[in-house]
Amino acid sequence: MNFLEQYNYWIVILLMMSGFYIVIAHGNLVKKLMGLTIFQTSVFILYISISKVIGGTAPILDDQYEVYTNPLPHVLILTAIVVGVATTALGLALAVRIKEAYGTVEEDVIQEKDLQQEGSTE
Amino acid sequence: MTALSLAFTKDLFASVMLTGIYSLLSAGFFVLMDAVDVAFTEAAVGAGISTILMLTTLTMTGRFENRKLHHPKIALSVVIVTGIMLVMGTVDMPAFGSPSAPAQTHVAPYYIQQSAQDIDIPNIVTSVLASYRGFDTFGEVVVVFTAVIGVLALLEFARVERADSEKPVPMLQHKILRIVSKILIPPIMLFALYVQFHGEYSPGGGFQAGVIFASSIILYAMLFGIEQTRKAVSVPVVKVLSALGVLIYGSVGIASMLNGGTYLNYSVLAENDVTGQHIGIIVIELGVGITVATAMILIFLTFARRIGKTEEETA
Amino acid sequence: MIQHLPILQVIIPLLAAPICFILREAKLVRWFVLLANIMAFVVSIMLLQQVNVHGTLVYTLGGWEAPIGIEYRIDELNAYLLILVTSISTVTLMAAGSSLNKEMKESKQTYFYIAYMLCLTGLLGILATGDAFNVFVFLEISSLASYTMIAMGNDRRSLWASYQYLIMGTIGATFILIGIGLMYMMTGTLNMHDLAERLVEVEQTKTVFTAFAFFLVGVCLKLALFPLHLWLPNAYAYAPSIATVFLAATATKVAIYILLRFIFSVYGFEFSFSHLPLTEILVSLGLVGIIAASIVAIYQTNVKRLFAYSSVSQIGYMILGLGIGNKTGLTATLLHLFNHALMKSAIFLALAGVVYRIGNVNIKNFAGLGRQMPWTMAAIVIGGLSLIGVPLTVGFVSKWYLVLALLENGWWPIAVLVLVGSLLAIAYIWRIVEVAYFKAPLQNNQSHKEAPPAILIPAWIFVIANFYFGIDTSFTAGLSERTAELLFGVVK
Repeated sequence: MNFLEQYNYWIVILLMMSGFYIVIAHGNLVKKLMGLTIFQTSVFILYISISKVIGGTAPILDDQYEVYTNPLPHVLILTAIVVGVATTALGLALAVRIKEAYGTVEEDVIQEKDLQQEGSTE
Repeated sequence: MTALSLAFTKDLFASVMLTGIYSLLSAGFFVLMDAVDVAFTEAAVGAGISTILMLTTLTMTGRFENRKLHHPKIALSVVIVTGIMLVMGTVDMPAFGSPSAPAQTHVAPYYIQQSAQDIDIPNIVTSVLASYRGFDTFGEVVVVFTAVIGVLALLEFARVERADSEKPVPMLQHKILRIVSKILIPPIMLFALYVQFHGEYSPGGGFQAGVIFASSIILYAMLFGIEQTRKAVSVPVVKVLSALGVLIYGSVGIASMLNGGTYLNYSVLAENDVTGQHIGIIVIELGVGITVATAMILIFLTFARRIGKTEEETA
Repeated sequence: MIQHLPILQVIIPLLAAPICFILREAKLVRWFVLLANIMAFVVSIMLLQQVNVHGTLVYTLGGWEAPIGIEYRIDELNAYLLILVTSISTVTLMAAGSSLNKEMKESKQTYFYIAYMLCLTGLLGILATGDAFNVFVFLEISSLASYTMIAMGNDRRSLWASYQYLIMGTIGATFILIGIGLMYMMTGTLNMHDLAERLVEVEQTKTVFTAFAFFLVGVCLKLALFPLHLWLPNAYAYAPSIATVFLAATATKVAIYILLRFIFSVYGFEFSFSHLPLTEILVSLGLVGIIAASIVAIYQTNVKRLFAYSSVSQIGYMILGLGIGNKTGLTATLLHLFNHALMKSAIFLALAGVVYRIGNVNIKNFAGLGRQMPWTMAAIVIGGLSLIGVPLTVGFVSKWYLVLALLENGWWPIAVLVLVGSLLAIAYIWRIVEVAYFKAPLQNNQSHKEAPPAILIPAWIFVIANFYFGIDTSFTAGLSERTAELLFGVVK
């Protein structure tokens, strides 16, 4: 029984890990940021899952309802979403500048160019 | 699901779309989980603003990615280990949705039962956001402000001064679109204002309103061109406003300090505690709205203006 | 106003940032930022006095008692670190004007100062708060601001360094977020004090264990513990000189603070050290970090990068002291936090002087600098001696405590390895000394003058502090010992 009760979290973990994998394994800078977004959004889902009360309703007070879902994680995630988009924006700005400076947004090419540069300043 | 297919697509444009869809789906999930405020924000921010920014970036960085993965095996094993750790952690978790879980029994009931008395606003999320945990929200506004500073510092300064010749604006020729959107933009702005001031009763508040307001400007920019928008919206004014939003929020805190309360204690702002809370919340939500809206506009305009330059140089 | 001190500490730099954005003129902004910094410094001193008189200060934000609202909680540990961060940032700012004028356009400087202020705000916010989620928010403020500062370096590699830091840093922050979420799930609270009480009931569960593990990994990414340090060397090497000084001296220290706070105050010593093999993990990672990073440092040609690797190894010492798990070890860690900040500020500021005159910090350009820039080079050498741990410098004091702590547990082989680490430090410092003092200047490098006093004086303030706190240890060692006792006291 306990097994089934946790399935929701397991799906979240699967999502998180696919985002995490994109961040680590992909070499394209924009793609990495997308992975990061997926990773973060999945963590948000985890938080929101914590807040759910079965039989509860959205936390807006009304005389009709008795049981409400926990509002606190919602607040935290509102904050986290905004933090996430702020990070993404900054990351994309960096990607644009890197494209201008290196002519590419592929990790391995950039590293190669860096090595060359270090070699030439020797 | 979407996330998985994302890991395998090479086409970045498709990836952006998938990321957007993922955000939208999670917003749907949030609604199911009763987190309407969060869903609203995720839909506007995740599926809206991020997608637009990513697309704008792609026009500059190129559409297709290199096929090569970096040490996929190592990456996979790191990910699997992390995943197993997490799954292990779930074993002792309280059952999903259980009302007796510690998260539901400790602090949360206070918010649900007392907020009507303390603050007297139906939307508990707004109460917690703006008052009980108002300082977190202040921090979050500062994060947005930091991002603006970062993006401006990185992208505002051109390497080459802008050529006078205006790039053809993509959608200028679509007359119908222009007319329709001209009709649409004012209602969007009105809706933003509604969301701004109605956040106490229904889902919404400063953030969502800010994002919606910004999106109306962004829509305008897409249809009429960046330069046109820069003429309509004075950038220096927008900059000052973005700083002003943070200051408004901060000075509410100072005001409550001067009135003998602790920082951000709105109760001391008026004779009656509850009225004080209302004043405080309305003012800080205004601060949030202003900063978020101006921040999004600034970030978008800075990005979009950069496109023209990069294209000119690569051409 | 006295009761508002905890919040003023954070609010002053925070509000200064948007005001700077309105002021716009870099010259104006510079003085304004300095003023705000000095105010923050004064506040931090007053806070320490208050803590000494009244004990732990609690400040409820918004008037809501924790755990309903967010509270600031200042005890000796964070009062001590608040002073460290504000003092270093103030002295560093004195040098910022001339160094920045050389390294970036005036129009960009305003943004740099704002980012600097925001980064300071973030760090101070992390130190002062007593709420776990608030830590995350302020961590992100300081992180975003530091990515910005790093990316403003002149070399294009600074962009790449900043991007890498952004990815690693965000992964770290997300891990921290997962950790906090799981803690909340098990306890229903976010307040650290409350968490500490409520975690006891559920401390046997795997979920709490996972939460702790994720939190630790996240923080270790932030503090660049070996082998999670990959972002650090490039970030320090290519950032504007002033950003390097500030970040090297403060950012990692604050990350270590988070670690201390959660290991000791939230989870408690019992849980951290008896349910987990924390001692083994931290001691071995610390040791490997010390040795490996020192060896890599020896082979660097970029001097800033050399000292960045040295930072990674010094972080190893701090983690080692923490991992030993006795009071002396913790004292050593706390001392080294303070002392390492002094050494690295002196060194990196002096390097800022070198950049000012020469334009880069490639080691071959150091040839003959010992004679051309005697004061600048002397500052680097003295900082280096302190890194090695020569008596009379601060480096000696903290290493002394570290070795004492190791011997207390009878771990003399590790003590020997720590000394080997010092020998390796001699090796990389010697490379610089050799080039600077014993090689003839290069053809095109004949006529370098001393660094401008605006950079030299702040650098020497740090150098003198290196000696002062190396000889008179009553302030730092006394405070560290008391704080260590406090942290261990919380457990029982």
